[in-house]
Amino acid sequence: MEIFNHDSNIPFLGMRKFSIAIALFLMVASIGLIATKGLNYALDFTGGVSMVIDYDQSVEIADVRATLEKGGFDHAIVQSLGGTREVAIRMQPKEDQKAVDANGKVNLDLISADVLKTLHVARADAKLKSRELVTAEVGAELKSDGTVAAVFVILGIMAYLWIRFERRFAIAAVATEIHDVLVTLGILALAQREFDMTVLASVLAVIGYSINDKVVVFDRIRELFRLARKAEPEEILNRSINNTLSRTIITSLFTAITMGALFFFGGTAVHGFAVTMLIGIVVGTLSSIFVASPILLWLGVSKKDLMPVTRENPELARRP
Amino acid sequence: MSDFPRWKYALVALMMLFGVIYALPNAFVPVPAVQVTANRDAPPIDQSLQQKVQAALASKKIAVSNVVVEGDHMLATFTNSDVQKSGADVIKAALGDGYTVAFKLQSNVPGWLQAIGARSMPLGLDLQGGVHFLMQVDQNDAIDKQENSYADDIRSLLRQKNIRYESVTRNAVRDQGIAVILRSAADRSTAADAIGNEYTDLNVGNGANTGDRFVLNVVIKPEKLRDLSRSAITQNLGTLRNRINALGVSEPLIQQQGESRIVVELAGVQDPAEAKKLIGAVATLQYRPGIGQAGDPQAQEAARTGNIPPDANLYRMRGSNLPVLVSKQIIVTGNQLVDASSGIDQQSGTPKVDVTLNAAGARKMGDFTNANVGKPMAVVYVEQVYETKIVDGKPVRVAKVTETVINDASIASPFSKQFQTTGLGSAKEASDLALLLKGGALAAPMDIVEESVIGASLGKDNIDKGFNAVLLGLALVLLAAAIYYKLFGLVADIALFFNLVILVAVMSLIGVTLTMPGVAGIVLTLGMAIDANVLICERIREELRNGSTPHASIRAGYEKAWSTILDANVTHLIAALALTTMGTGAIKGFGVTLMIGILTSLFTSVTLTHAFTALIHGHRKLKTLSV
Repeated sequence: MEIFNHDSNIPFLGMRKFSIAIALFLMVASIGLIATKGLNYALDFTGGVSMVIDYDQSVEIADVRATLEKGGFDHAIVQSLGGTREVAIRMQPKEDQKAVDANGKVNLDLISADVLKTLHVARADAKLKSRELVTAEVGAELKSDGTVAAVFVILGIMAYLWIRFERRFAIAAVATEIHDVLVTLGILALAQREFDMTVLASVLAVIGYSINDKVVVFDRIRELFRLARKAEPEEILNRSINNTLSRTIITSLFTAITMGALFFFGGTAVHGFAVTMLIGIVVGTLSSIFVASPILLWLGVSKKDLMPVTRENPELARRP
Repeated sequence: MSDFPRWKYALVALMMLFGVIYALPNAFVPVPAVQVTANRDAPPIDQSLQQKVQAALASKKIAVSNVVVEGDHMLATFTNSDVQKSGADVIKAALGDGYTVAFKLQSNVPGWLQAIGARSMPLGLDLQGGVHFLMQVDQNDAIDKQENSYADDIRSLLRQKNIRYESVTRNAVRDQGIAVILRSAADRSTAADAIGNEYTDLNVGNGANTGDRFVLNVVIKPEKLRDLSRSAITQNLGTLRNRINALGVSEPLIQQQGESRIVVELAGVQDPAEAKKLIGAVATLQYRPGIGQAGDPQAQEAARTGNIPPDANLYRMRGSNLPVLVSKQIIVTGNQLVDASSGIDQQSGTPKVDVTLNAAGARKMGDFTNANVGKPMAVVYVEQVYETKIVDGKPVRVAKVTETVINDASIASPFSKQFQTTGLGSAKEASDLALLLKGGALAAPMDIVEESVIGASLGKDNIDKGFNAVLLGLALVLLAAAIYYKLFGLVADIALFFNLVILVAVMSLIGVTLTMPGVAGIVLTLGMAIDANVLICERIREELRNGSTPHASIRAGYEKAWSTILDANVTHLIAALALTTMGTGAIKGFGVTLMIGILTSLFTSVTLTHAFTALIHGHRKLKTLSV
């Protein structure tokens, strides 16, 4: 079975002005969204108190919110956890003055007992399923750790590609990676999806996933340059994208299938992870096809740049 | 003909076997059990106790699957966790406080698997419920203590060497050390030599002079400070372990995270209040004058009649349980104890414990022992323990302070800063005493910076959902690959299945704790592992289209795809590696899973599929390929 015409020769590079313009626009828009709307940081980053409440019968989010406001918890954030019987409540500990002692120590048990008491006024079937307290300090650390990890990944990948391929490939890959991360974060900011620890893990995994795609295309570019007698860069790049198109899309589909399974059956704990990964797969696949190669062409890749490596290093030349 | 070497077939077969065997333990669902261990002073666990437990359970009509005595503990297994809970309550009530009753998930893995080191993956809290604490160790307190103690020591040293000084004070800013102010430059240089020779862990330097005040700056060496904070964490970990064992949680996770944090995870515990009390509890030591010997007529009399002299307390000796009278006067407390270590006394050849006190403690100890040679001195261990009482028919745990005498010996000669307790029964007794002396208190106070309680039902939910997601993800990819790549797809399916098996096997063998992000990592690995096969299959199709023969196409497909697969996986591995450097447990678990997954998938989707392809096509003449 084949979905794609293997002789396809879609002029992807021909539309490079168009595609790069869109990519640039998306990046700028994403930066704008992250700057203005901001990411909807979860407890893991902001610090605070969170509780998961389970009801025996279905419940309206608005009712829970109203009950909490009546009880004096004005700034509590109530979210549904999928289904109608489970809600998550998030708040800063200062909502419950009694539970914070003179040293700023927070008594989680007291807060959750107060919240449950408030909820029981309206509904007796509310049950506390889990509760969590994160101090702001730990949250801030996670943010900086996450940034450091992302920078480490990007630099590590750049170094590897620089050695295995060539400078231009490394730069093109990293530029596209930054595009992918920014656009993924931008979509998360636009949708105001909760950004928690698993989503951070997912964003870092997106980097790993989308670099895979780029490397496959780059590998083909290198191979075709070395094989071709008369190497017109634009034509080689275009042929490489077309040759690997089937693989790019099939792999994306397969990975998307598993993430879909995770989204629909994995429960709320991994929702954010699966959604972020799905966004990342779409963005990464599109950028592998439309963004990475135009940047490479623009940087001026040529047959000459790829050949010396083989002369200097005969071992590399033997490799397929 | 096949160009696939024989040793690679053997390797593939071995890896498949390894995967199946070491992943197998995860198929055995552990059974809920209650573990009973004897406390220090309680009679050991034996057949009669086993019968007592069986009788108690039978009288309350609680179905128990099995009650066995295994070495120093007893294990009662139940069919489900509800019965387990009521069973534990009954056992607690029947046995009293002499025994610790803990919930446990008893592994059901057959003995032959355990014998070769195969075990199931430990489950994270999000998969089984429990409480999680992240605690920040306050290193500053340890530094304060140490600087204060050095300031004391320097004062005594200067007095002892007859060096006149104006003051010895700690700088207001922490880490800035101690300022010693002397009256002359000559005094300063003698003081500097004396301090430098006596305390090698200190750096001594001249400060700015003002008039007749000659300043000497004394700072603790950085490497000593590092040692200090390391040992503060180690001691806190040890103390926490002792205390949490008393809570009756089996297999608690207590480990260091980063430089100054400690993670505590107690599976199955739903009430963090009790755990928090215990973590914050303070066990202390008191050195007090003894009155008579343990078990002498006076003490026996007091124990029998209850007539205790007004200036004394009646305690029991730990171990022998003999009554002993101890004066209410406290000479030195555990806070003044700097170190305790066990060893062998050179003169008598008997086990001993060396104790070091700080300057303040040493002074008091010196004063007391000078005046009381030949008289007994007792070490009283004050500890908060929990006991179960039946209130209104329900078992309730209440905190209680217990005081026991752990050692009562005569003072042989006056001593102060350093002394030893000799004449201990065995080397184990000596090391136990040293641990008790040292381990009573936390080296540095701790703050809880993160706390979460995960309900048991949530854990059960997560594990079911996670399992479904893995199975469904796998099934869908298997189906899609088989449809799209036909026979080669089926081979890739075998590889993907074994990738899951070997991944689980490696994770089990290493002992990676499985969490929900870990499950997400497994699912993602399944989705991405197929990529290598897609690359190979696409290459083979291409070669066929270019007119190569089937065998040549297979060979070229694998050869040409290899460099791409390698590059793609190395870059992916770099990303996974970065995830594992994150300190946080959940992300780390995901990163580790991803990393192992990339490595196993490299093997299964290239080597394993090549073996199968060679096996299927190797010895046949082929006209077409089913790809």
